[in-house]
Amino acid sequence: MTRREIRNTILAVIAFAILPWLPFLKDSGYLMSLAIPIAMYTVLATSWALFSGPTHYISLATAAFYGVGAYVVAGGIGVVPYAVLVLLAGVAGAILAALVGLATLRLSGVYFVIFTLGLAEMVRQLVTWVQNNFTGSRGLYVLTDITERIIYWELLVLAALVYLIGWIVNRSRLGFAMRIIGNDELVAAHVGIHSARAKVILFVISGIFAAVVGAVMAPRFTYIEPSLAFSPELSFQVVIMALLGGVHRLWGPLVGVIPFTLLWEVIAASFPTQTVLLLGVAFLLIVYFIPQGVVGLIESLMRRAGIGRGSGDG
Amino acid sequence: MRRRSVLQLAIAGAFLGALSLNTAYAADAIKIGAVGPKTGPLAGGAAVTHWPNFKLWATQVNARGGLKMKGGKRRKVEIIEYDDRTNPGETIKAVERLATRDKADFIAAPYGTGLTLASAPVFAKHGYPQIAVAAITDKVPELTKRYPGIFFTLGNTTAFADSVVSILLKMRADGTIGSNVAMVNVADAFGIELAESARPIFKKAGFNIVYDKSYPLGTQDLSTIVKGAKATNPDAFVAWSYPPDTFGLTAQAKIENFKVKAFYTAVATAFPVYAGKFGKSIEGVLGAGGVNPDSPAMKAYRAAHKKITGKTADYWASPVTYAALQTLGQAIEAVGSTDRKAVTAYLKKGTFKTVMGTWKFNNQVIDQFWTVGQWQKGVFYGVTSTGASGAKPVVAKTGW
Amino acid sequence: MEILTIGLLLGATYALIAMGLNLQYGVARIMNLANGEMLVAGAFGAFWVFTAQKVSPYVALLFVVPAAFGLNWLIYRTLLRPLVRRAKNRGMLEVDSILATFGMSFVFVGIMLMAFGGDYFSYSYLAEPFVIFGSPYGLNKVVAFVAAAAICGLLYLGLNKTRTGMAIRAVAVDPAAAGLAGIDVPKMSTFAFALGGAVTAGGGIMLSTFLTLDASIGVVFTMKALIIVIMGGVGDVRGAIIASLILGLAETAVASLIDPGLTLAAAYLLFVLVLLFRPQGLFGRRPS
Repeated sequence: MTRREIRNTILAVIAFAILPWLPFLKDSGYLMSLAIPIAMYTVLATSWALFSGPTHYISLATAAFYGVGAYVVAGGIGVVPYAVLVLLAGVAGAILAALVGLATLRLSGVYFVIFTLGLAEMVRQLVTWVQNNFTGSRGLYVLTDITERIIYWELLVLAALVYLIGWIVNRSRLGFAMRIIGNDELVAAHVGIHSARAKVILFVISGIFAAVVGAVMAPRFTYIEPSLAFSPELSFQVVIMALLGGVHRLWGPLVGVIPFTLLWEVIAASFPTQTVLLLGVAFLLIVYFIPQGVVGLIESLMRRAGIGRGSGDG
Repeated sequence: MRRRSVLQLAIAGAFLGALSLNTAYAADAIKIGAVGPKTGPLAGGAAVTHWPNFKLWATQVNARGGLKMKGGKRRKVEIIEYDDRTNPGETIKAVERLATRDKADFIAAPYGTGLTLASAPVFAKHGYPQIAVAAITDKVPELTKRYPGIFFTLGNTTAFADSVVSILLKMRADGTIGSNVAMVNVADAFGIELAESARPIFKKAGFNIVYDKSYPLGTQDLSTIVKGAKATNPDAFVAWSYPPDTFGLTAQAKIENFKVKAFYTAVATAFPVYAGKFGKSIEGVLGAGGVNPDSPAMKAYRAAHKKITGKTADYWASPVTYAALQTLGQAIEAVGSTDRKAVTAYLKKGTFKTVMGTWKFNNQVIDQFWTVGQWQKGVFYGVTSTGASGAKPVVAKTGW
Repeated sequence: MEILTIGLLLGATYALIAMGLNLQYGVARIMNLANGEMLVAGAFGAFWVFTAQKVSPYVALLFVVPAAFGLNWLIYRTLLRPLVRRAKNRGMLEVDSILATFGMSFVFVGIMLMAFGGDYFSYSYLAEPFVIFGSPYGLNKVVAFVAAAAICGLLYLGLNKTRTGMAIRAVAVDPAAAGLAGIDVPKMSTFAFALGGAVTAGGGIMLSTFLTLDASIGVVFTMKALIIVIMGGVGDVRGAIIASLILGLAETAVASLIDPGLTLAAAYLLFVLVLLFRPQGLFGRRPS
């Protein structure tokens, strides 16, 4: 293990040792209302980046998996134990992601992006139609005794999992293959890398995580409306936070999610009547002045301070 | 490149510093939090129903010096608003913010069923009463048990569907219409629930649903639906619809000259924009809600609403939102302090004089509410309710 | 017959929504996520003209369209050109433009919220029935159809029969090569972006005569436009036109013959199928 990897692992271990105790702080309600979205978006953005980072394909399908996960829980709650539902959600996400992944193999660039968006919307329309014609109000209410703390810990577990899997993938042949594919698909094909299989596997992994996150979050929202469960805004936010953080490091999305969420909170709290306007302005400022992403910013600062060395993987 | 990094650091620093931003409030004011959509899919409805009532109520209360506390002192009210962008995660955050950072004394319920239910646990956790208005659900008994501080004021799904059927029953008994009903619904939670609730009620009342279709949320072209409904020759047309489709369906019905004697569209029929857009064609259109516009309290309310906020109130949830605020104010005055536990207890057993009439919560629910209204001569009258007084007789729709 | 007419009218609506974005993305390579907000802004211009000034909303075309052209020109030069300059390749520009226009859409919604509030705005104009083959249709929709046909026709002719049009098409195919051929690429891109914005705002005016809108609804139109532009294939005006018509007809056919609840599902399915069999869209170029 390189020094960088050792350092990152120690930081991760410390973080995962401290974070679960957050709910026990006094007056933690406000903190939790921020910590939960941060944890959620970290899992979503990092798993998204597992696929989109190396391949440079921007997927806007996150909301489809998330919504499917939420619906699995909403549809089965009361009938099937919650833990089983979460697993089922993962399975559903995997199946859907496999189908989507296979469908998108011939697409590239902006066609891929909008295709995933259209596909996500199609899933939403189909699920809504089924609900309207068959299940009715079953699948709308998720009334459970699952507390915020439990959701938060579930998300932490998922975050640990996503980092673990990301680390394993990076070191594996799959990760090596993805990096070559990302640089030049033609070369990859010539070297004998089965790029289609690699792409689909990673897409499935990110789909599973998104679906499980949806399942975990369903009890928090109590009322699962199709328009809110499948909201395209979620897909866009995940993409943006991951891109702003930086998709070439495993911890990239994390440093995109945290400042982003905090910044939005500051703006929402301080400017209640012009929230959206200022969110947009802040957003534009970030895009223009931090083009290399937060990862790039941090690394260039570290370079200037003499810590660490140039580039390398982590 | 050095300047770029300094600038970046400066921006970062400014935002971190702003984290401790705190606004100054009038000394000793009672802080009332208000969360709701100013942007996002539900913003259009909230702009009419939700937001103006806070300004109206606060202005009126402060004009008379504030709410009267124990010992005779008066305290003004201060509304703290947040935009939740129709995102339940944001609603939860905003309620937490109001409870823990802003230390609001009371928090008004959000706008919309999904947002109200998502934030209910937070209200309950911090001990705030939640007088819900724009939240229609059939799980009221379960929810009131779970959240002892939640109150429902606008009714429930079954009562809603039931009332529309009862109006049609009345019209059928009078010989105005027959038994064929065309029913459509918007494919979102609200429409799905209402359609599902309505089907068995129609059947039991002896109605035939000759056209039963849904349409996706955000459909811009409703001509096929109206043509399809018209082709089945129904006596009544019922649409469990949201604002944009309410307008679209009505516009299309007008163009088709859809000759039904009973035409019902759900949300936004009672909005002033509806009357503005369709002019005289609205005569006879049935919609969700309704009020008794002739009562002196209602007349005063509508006049004050127009004067203080510059906007016209709707004929459904606007006065109910206002009534919820009146109720809160009266409960605070009755208890004489901002003790949330005492106020919640008082809400459960007290009697309140509101613009909607006398309110007394029965198991945290207002049983009497208007369910169906009808435009008659440019005013949206309540034609049926669950026990409210002043219902006007319903008239048949005679063309567009 | 009815299905055909309704479908074509709906297709015209979609064309009005998508043509502007087709220009902005096809030529200027800006995936403009704030497109829908421009449409809503144009629509509000028409609403204001009709309700406050009491004249035909089409009068708004006279000043909204040039204003939108100017505004989009400015936006491209000040906000988007820096992105174009610093992008090392097309992929980066697309990513950057998605991020930047996402922020822009928030800014526009915020400005519109401050300007005219969050309420729904709607009015009826030319809502009389216009009979085609025995069935009534809204006259305002027919007028919108005519306008859409005119706009598409003018764009097609302009792009194919004039020198400027040829230059624009050259930039759409390959900006680098076009630059080598002596075409002022930045100017053409700015022009195309501004023109796209003007077309969108004009489309908004036409649509406002029968749709109900509010400050936040832009995103619905942006998504539709994205689908249509990609389905039609980037860079060719005909693609967006054909895609709009196909979607309009398909949605109407599904609504009449199968189930209105499946209209959008069918539309997206069609979109998915087209891309599965032609990954470059209907009229798009095979990526090299």
